[in-house]
Amino acid sequence: MNSLRGKVAIVAAADTEVGAVPGLSATQLCVDAVRRALDDAGISKDQVDGLVTCNSMAEPYMYHAEMIAEYLQIFPGYCISVGAGGGTTFSILHHAASAIATGVCETVVIAMADSLRTGLSKAQAMAMMSSAGHPQFESPYGPTIPSFYALIARAHMETYGTTPEQLAAVAVNARQYAALNPAAQKREPISIEDVVSSRLIADPLHLLDCSLVSDGGAAVVLTSAERAADFPHAPVYLLGTGEGHGHEHISQAQSLTTSAAVESGRRAYAMAGLGPADIDVAELYDCFTPVVLIELEDLGFCEKGAAGAFVENGELALGGALPTNTHGGLLSHCHPGNPGSMFALTEAVAQLRHQAAERQVKDAEIALVHGQGGIMSSHCTLILGREQHA
Amino acid sequence: MTDLTGRNLPRATPETAPYWDGCREGKLMIQRCSACGHYQFYPRLLCTECMSDQVEWVSARGRGKVLSFTIVRQAISEAYAADVPYVIALIQLDEGPTLMSNVIQSDPERVMMGMAVEVVFEAWSEEITVPKFRPRV
Repeated sequence: MNSLRGKVAIVAAADTEVGAVPGLSATQLCVDAVRRALDDAGISKDQVDGLVTCNSMAEPYMYHAEMIAEYLQIFPGYCISVGAGGGTTFSILHHAASAIATGVCETVVIAMADSLRTGLSKAQAMAMMSSAGHPQFESPYGPTIPSFYALIARAHMETYGTTPEQLAAVAVNARQYAALNPAAQKREPISIEDVVSSRLIADPLHLLDCSLVSDGGAAVVLTSAERAADFPHAPVYLLGTGEGHGHEHISQAQSLTTSAAVESGRRAYAMAGLGPADIDVAELYDCFTPVVLIELEDLGFCEKGAAGAFVENGELALGGALPTNTHGGLLSHCHPGNPGSMFALTEAVAQLRHQAAERQVKDAEIALVHGQGGIMSSHCTLILGREQHA
Repeated sequence: MTDLTGRNLPRATPETAPYWDGCREGKLMIQRCSACGHYQFYPRLLCTECMSDQVEWVSARGRGKVLSFTIVRQAISEAYAADVPYVIALIQLDEGPTLMSNVIQSDPERVMMGMAVEVVFEAWSEEITVPKFRPRV
């Protein structure tokens, strides 16, 4: 079978400043991310022939990628902005990889940024909050985004005996890594007790079960494996990728406790010829703590229903069975909305380049990154490695 | 009638008008496929089970159970702030389909997984009546 395995590599990755960045607009953050990634790649903008972005909520454009290209005065042959919620980053990465593998373009910059913390007007923030539910059959009842995920958390607790303390352990793990990451938005240590005694937002989710609201952006440069050797940093190869799509609205979900991460993971493992036991480090989408539990189970890192105990046992920490969300995740590093999972990708690159300093997973060879968008709706899994043929 | 300022008001479409018409008359209308007998919600042009276009509107019994729920402590907007704490629930109807609603006429703390509930209609305006659920006694 003709597969993408080993055909494309990430040759550059960079983040902007994150957290509260009031000095830069969402457009400027996106452009800043591009500039930093080009610096990391050691190339000029004229060598970019593909550009991928996602739209900004704070500063939207009808044709966002074209706008960023115009702003930078670059003239790509492949130009698209994507909107698959938080799964946007990973799902477009394999489309861009396909474009490179089939000769449509050679060097693609994927750059995403938004300024949800300081850049949104009150009206924009309200519209964003209300836009997640079905306009006729969900939104009238006043559901908040945390409340959608609370429905999932409650179902997992009821079915598998998962506890609020086990959910909290996901947030504590993220914060422990963030404490090691100078770029993270929230770095002061927290305890399980801090999480479960923080304000209830939508039972059983407390304030500290919820991810941050941030400004920030990141970018990567993607090119063919043949050309990857010409860049200053060791390439990080795309070994496997897969998507899974279960629903759009949570009230239409086939299951509240098992997600389409099962399918996205199976497809990615099959392409890579690898399994869960081969993964050295994972970056899993963590907009709310219960999401990580379901991803750990559905991606095969533990039995269904066992993720609460897995996390509680410290398996996600450095030295654990599966160091996870080593930058601090959306829970503690930053979460500027749709660009959020970009930071999981740039962190995976840092880990596989062995440049993650204090939070480095020793001898990491293979990383898995997973994003989901909507309300556990669209899933995409990527498997990355230091070697072209793992 | 409820103060609707700032509420997320549903807007009926030709596809969903029989549902909202039903609510106004105190009926919870869902679709049943004449070809295969499958019940579905929300309303669609065709049956998601067999793709037949022979879907008919039927009145559901309006009874079901709580599949999952949460108590919202921080409202989505000021228009909903007076309702806090309010229950968002997924209700599985006896006929099979699942829908989202509020559980009302109950202390939120007493709502439970699997709880038996029944529909109750809340008139919001001349056009819009919204189905909600309450514990079945």
